[in-house]
Amino acid sequence: MVLALALMGAAVAMVAFYVPEDADQGLSQKIFYFHVPIALTAYACFGWGALKALLYLWRRDPRYDLESYVAIHLGVIFGAMTLVTGMIWAKISWGVWWAWSSNQLVLFLVLFLFYSAYFMLRFSVEDGPMRANLSAVYALFGVVLIPIGFLAIRLANDFIHPTVFTSQGPQMAGSMFATFVVCWAAMLALAAAFYGIELAGKRLDARLRELRELLAP
Amino acid sequence: MTAAEQYVAAAYLVVLVTVLAYVLIIGAKLGRLEREVAELTELARRKLDG
Repeated sequence: MVLALALMGAAVAMVAFYVPEDADQGLSQKIFYFHVPIALTAYACFGWGALKALLYLWRRDPRYDLESYVAIHLGVIFGAMTLVTGMIWAKISWGVWWAWSSNQLVLFLVLFLFYSAYFMLRFSVEDGPMRANLSAVYALFGVVLIPIGFLAIRLANDFIHPTVFTSQGPQMAGSMFATFVVCWAAMLALAAAFYGIELAGKRLDARLRELRELLAP
Repeated sequence: MTAAEQYVAAAYLVVLVTVLAYVLIIGAKLGRLEREVAELTELARRKLDG
């Protein structure tokens, strides 16, 4: 958490005082330094959740089910932040809040809605191996949308949503890339800190429930 | 404040508010767990006392 806060402070300071304004978009481009790292962190959370789901299906250890659930929960939170910051950026850059013609936007929305529905599935099934199995399989299906989202913009010539990272490397100045890296590290550290805290809380909650059952008259 | 400044501020505010809301929810949950621990400790003490 300390690392996350330190990196977050550094990221905000770099965006505010260090990185120059973009020649084309001006000040509004500064949304990029939080919007893209948040989106990449959401992908990382969904990927981590799918990996834990795979481990659950392989080893049948309930701790992997809980870890998968917490990662997907954080992925949805970061996904919601991606959508809202993206919409604000779209409004100032394109003049609209949303562009249905952009494949990347639509695919990210589909990914977000898919993982939002994960909770409906999870909480509609009684606690136990059946719920863990269904949740794990669902989490694994969703992760397929991540590479599709990355590839769609490149394969479909999406001219609306910009592509900054190409096969030739990042299409930005060194100072901009350095700021981006610090912002991404800050977001990953924040997600990791939240993951640890939420997981500890959930484990403590489960142990207390067990203790309550043992102490019940 | 220009329009660009307002939009950039709004985007960063969304992130700040979301993070704060998450911290508040986790804080409230930790408070509930703390109360539950105290309650169970009391229950265990009463059981031991007979």
